[in-house]
Amino acid sequence: MSKHLIKGNIALCEGAITAGLSAYFGYPITPQNEVPAYMSNKMVKMGRVFIQAESELSAANMVMGAYATGKRAMTSSSSPGISLKQEAISYLAGMEVPGVIVNVQRGGPGLGNISGSQSDYFQATKGGGHGDYHTIVFAPNSAQEMYEMAYDSFDIAEKYRTPVMILSDGIIGQMMEPVEFNRQEKKEFEKKSWALDGCAGREPRSLQSLLMKDGALEQHNIDLQKKYEEIKKNEVKYDIYEAEDAEIIIVAYGISSRIAKNALKLARQQGIKAGMIRPKTLWPFPYEIINKHAGQGVKFLTVELSMGQMVEDVKLAVNGKSPVEFIGRAGGGVITVQAVLNKITELKK
Amino acid sequence: MAKITVNNDRCKGCGLCINACPKKCISFSQNLNKIGYHYAVLENEKNCIGCGFCYQVCPDVCIEVYK
Amino acid sequence: MEKILSRPKALKDNPLSYCPGCGHGIIHRLIAESIDELGIREKTIAVAPVGCAVFAYDYFNFDTTEAPHGRPPAVATGIKRTNPDKIVFTYQGDGDLAAIGTAETIHCANRGENITVIFVNNANYGMTGGQMAPTTLIGQVTETTPFGRDPLREGYPIKVSELLANLQGTKYIERVTVFNAPHIIKAKKAIKKAFQNQVEGKGYSFIEVISHCPVDWGKTPLESVKWVEDVFLKTFPLGVIKDETK
Repeated sequence: MSKHLIKGNIALCEGAITAGLSAYFGYPITPQNEVPAYMSNKMVKMGRVFIQAESELSAANMVMGAYATGKRAMTSSSSPGISLKQEAISYLAGMEVPGVIVNVQRGGPGLGNISGSQSDYFQATKGGGHGDYHTIVFAPNSAQEMYEMAYDSFDIAEKYRTPVMILSDGIIGQMMEPVEFNRQEKKEFEKKSWALDGCAGREPRSLQSLLMKDGALEQHNIDLQKKYEEIKKNEVKYDIYEAEDAEIIIVAYGISSRIAKNALKLARQQGIKAGMIRPKTLWPFPYEIINKHAGQGVKFLTVELSMGQMVEDVKLAVNGKSPVEFIGRAGGGVITVQAVLNKITELKK
Repeated sequence: MAKITVNNDRCKGCGLCINACPKKCISFSQNLNKIGYHYAVLENEKNCIGCGFCYQVCPDVCIEVYK
Repeated sequence: MEKILSRPKALKDNPLSYCPGCGHGIIHRLIAESIDELGIREKTIAVAPVGCAVFAYDYFNFDTTEAPHGRPPAVATGIKRTNPDKIVFTYQGDGDLAAIGTAETIHCANRGENITVIFVNNANYGMTGGQMAPTTLIGQVTETTPFGRDPLREGYPIKVSELLANLQGTKYIERVTVFNAPHIIKAKKAIKKAFQNQVEGKGYSFIEVISHCPVDWGKTPLESVKWVEDVFLKTFPLGVIKDETK
């Protein structure tokens, strides 16, 4: 299969389009601008829907509208814009309407800057909006995975009727890499039992998160939690790299995992048994596999482009069985292979 | 020949139909309905002309008009 | 005798939970009748607001969805663009449409989405207990304007219909009221036309309905309809504000 040298952001578009995306709703913000630009061309040429909305907020609500009818829809943005989308994400979760939301992260808080960052982990995995809900979060670490995860996210979102976030970052989004278009174009879609497609021959349907009857909202939350348990059971995805004999196990996702992998290769050359567990889903988080590797003689090192967010989940996973260290940079600073290697060497002592 | 019927248990006794009736043939019932309101009743059927004004203004869509 | 007027099919046979004398029920009926008469019930999708009409799904006998406060125009855009064969309308109050959803309203109108918007203007936030709305009149006392709306402090009532008429994307805008039967019959014509426009692909139609809210206004239903006629309509004059559908 031939490969295409493209940016991560473009690979993402191709994955979504191949998955049968009906509508893309966007708004300009760096470093995800390639997405609306590419979609404005390709989607329109394909006779599909592209709208540059008046705000990120509106774009996310357009996704809600399109997906309420069962049509595949996506929006993308970067960190400050994702904060605005949280309203719709909470509603999608509550209304049990699927949706795909892409965050090509940049530095924060506030307006931050336009450099790649990983400081929206808490927002993505711990709720983001209001209410007891979770968003399924994919963490691509290459242009290839931008393509594949974008493609796969729609099936997962529909299977569980819940929003899915692709948590990328400015570096993965901007970086050009060879991408193999290894997914079949999706053309047939099964009819959805919940979609608003007109009440011909059936009772009217409604989608809502407002449940005022006594006990109804509590029951809805209990049902949602059951669904989340199901997702935790079925959808945890991760990569393991040389962790079996490792004394130092790095946990890193997205761009950090690329940097960390180079560092651990160098460490191996120096005779340090280093390995890595890379979460490909951040929620559900691979607690179990991390816990299985924890124990005497093993140290964990979390590498993130943040001041330390995922490290809290790693500590929860390890549950005191091993020390958990952290190294990271924030605000657009990119951690170097050497810095990670130094930390590994320090931990070995 | 015309008349209206009021769904007694849906009527909230707002009186807009009484106000709208050009023939003044609707009034409040002496009785309370299930939800605690003095509901509207057609007091004087022979005066009803079936104009439907009561139906038009009824916020609870609980009036039917016959002609 | 034969039944000449009764609840339309597009309105479910559920009791309406609005306050006694509230205008919402009348407007719901006008929409339902229009939809029945146009034969579009089975392809209609409604977007409900946050506000008193949030329970629209209990009343409308066709597909409905919720939307976050102020976002119905965005949600409706998502529905209509991916389903151009469906009839899509939003039902929004003055808080939803003219305050928190101003951006969504203006841009949906400006894109000229082929949808129908029913805007219920009752000059206050009904659901939350009668606070000032963007359309509250000068001097009107509400929960949050206890001394009356003072333009120096709270600004002026927004005339959304006139505002939207300036946008090239809008095709049909009319302000109607439901305080008495003749006006209700006129309002019905406007609402039906707004749906007919969509069926014919004529573009964005917007009907502002001046409605009464007795309980939150602290008035009886009869005082309320009188206040609409004597006071409310002075600030919000009725009529066709724009019609480019001919």
